[in-house]
Amino acid sequence: MNLELVRGICYIAASILFVFGLKMLGSPTTARRGNLVSAIGMLIAVVTALSAMTDIKWAWIIAGAGIGSAIGALAARLVKMTAMPQMVGLFNGFGGLASLLVGFSEFHSRWADADTTQLFTMVAIFLTVLTGGVTFSGSLVAYGKLAGVVTGKPVLYKGRNTVNTAILIAIVASGIFFCAQKLGQVENAETQGVYIALVGIVVLALILGVLSTIGIGGADMPVVICLLNSYSGLAACAAGFVINNNVLIVSGSLVGASGLVLTNIMCKAMNRSLANVLFSGFGSATAAKGAAYEGQARPVSAEDAYLILEAARSVVFVPGYGMAVAQAQHVVRELADMLTENGTEVKYCIHPVAGRMPGHMNVLLAEANVPYELLVEPQDVNPTMKIVDVAVVIGANDVVNPAAREDQSSPLWGMPVVDVDRARTCIVLKRSLNPGFAGVDNPLFFKDNTRMLFGDAKASVARLVSEFKH
Amino acid sequence: MDLDPAMIPLLFFIFVLAMLLGIELIRKVPSQLHTPLMSGSNAVSGITIVGALIAAGRQDSPTAVTVLATLAVTFAMINVVGGYLVTDRMLKMFKGKDKRRGEQ
Repeated sequence: MNLELVRGICYIAASILFVFGLKMLGSPTTARRGNLVSAIGMLIAVVTALSAMTDIKWAWIIAGAGIGSAIGALAARLVKMTAMPQMVGLFNGFGGLASLLVGFSEFHSRWADADTTQLFTMVAIFLTVLTGGVTFSGSLVAYGKLAGVVTGKPVLYKGRNTVNTAILIAIVASGIFFCAQKLGQVENAETQGVYIALVGIVVLALILGVLSTIGIGGADMPVVICLLNSYSGLAACAAGFVINNNVLIVSGSLVGASGLVLTNIMCKAMNRSLANVLFSGFGSATAAKGAAYEGQARPVSAEDAYLILEAARSVVFVPGYGMAVAQAQHVVRELADMLTENGTEVKYCIHPVAGRMPGHMNVLLAEANVPYELLVEPQDVNPTMKIVDVAVVIGANDVVNPAAREDQSSPLWGMPVVDVDRARTCIVLKRSLNPGFAGVDNPLFFKDNTRMLFGDAKASVARLVSEFKH
Repeated sequence: MDLDPAMIPLLFFIFVLAMLLGIELIRKVPSQLHTPLMSGSNAVSGITIVGALIAAGRQDSPTAVTVLATLAVTFAMINVVGGYLVTDRMLKMFKGKDKRRGEQ
């Protein structure tokens, strides 16, 4: 039997499993099986690739795969749910780095053999190395920002867009020089030049990844993570063009497409364009702030907040990044359970960009055993907000800012928000009156029906729970 | 390692179809599953390991290529194993009302 044919069929089978895996990931009841299906596809692809090796360097492969698996498994087991955004960012970066290395090693083996290489392959190598490099360094910066190693504020300097453009032009120029060479048909001295050009492209790609991510603020991280996710897929796809392998092209573009769709969803949820997210330095000191709001915030004690909640028939919790920071998801669930026992109808309203990655709040609440039926989206809650007795905002700010509806000068103007100010009473759990990550003041705090419960979110909710127990 | 030029449009054809399929698949995913979806698709991007294995496995390839490819295998494996396991860990926690009652 023709072995090449069998391998081809195996790769197609793997691609089909990836497609079905992704499809099953789209529904909560099948998602876990979908992930398994996708993993089986990966196993088939890896075994097929192993069988295609003419010279299997077992020691090398076992060492590499063993170390990689051990690190991956340990990290996946040990990571806290609140640290999930940076973990996904980091894994993503490693995927990009792997594609970069594949592109580079493909080039090296062709270069060393003075093989005749077509323009098409050279372009593919260039694109693999470029997207892989940007993914890797960009993801490292995103990791740093999310983990708090690098400042969450956008790092801006004068003429940064000029610098980025200059780097981009340099990359395109070296790319054209690189692709115009035909390996195997040039003199030795010239092939040295090709090699240097590719190394230069790698360095420039890494710099570009850092510079284009460092100017983006913490609150815009959901978009960046999605975009980098897309890049890592496209890098794998480009590597597929280098080695003419369909399974890489198919799965790489599936990931690339899914990242782009998510990026688009995130941008829509903030009513901003991708260009605005990437280049405006949103949330920096120099960015527009909108009107400043003045008024009297009404603080409330835990005892009084308890009385308000105790009398409520319907309560909506609106969590944000503050809940993740305070690790308050478990006490929130406890409070919700007590309210439910008390006869109150409880829901959780999750804004698509709450937290630091898409779906961040959903994961945390799932960890705390909240059934997913109780998690609803803003468009489901907003129309009936007027008959909600109490909206409890836990560490969310920009996603509940009524200025998005009321103040045309606000940078948040037009962003779909959770209309907590329309509930009969709104209790805001917050450490202080400081503005959110976007640096925009929030008029919600000064509304007549808003009560501020100051303090750490976890401690505040715990106090409410103990009030209920008495 | 030469590529038949007639193959090039075919590769692009596959690329475009897969992109369109990906967009259709992801568009309707509810936002509550966005994180597992991202980490799950992230694991799929580790497919580049296939490229790494093929690069490492050629007859008489220079040591530099073996080293580069081994590094690629290592990082791709972190991506693959970590990505799938962490996705599974997350999805294990996503439970509906009925399931929760069954366990209590």
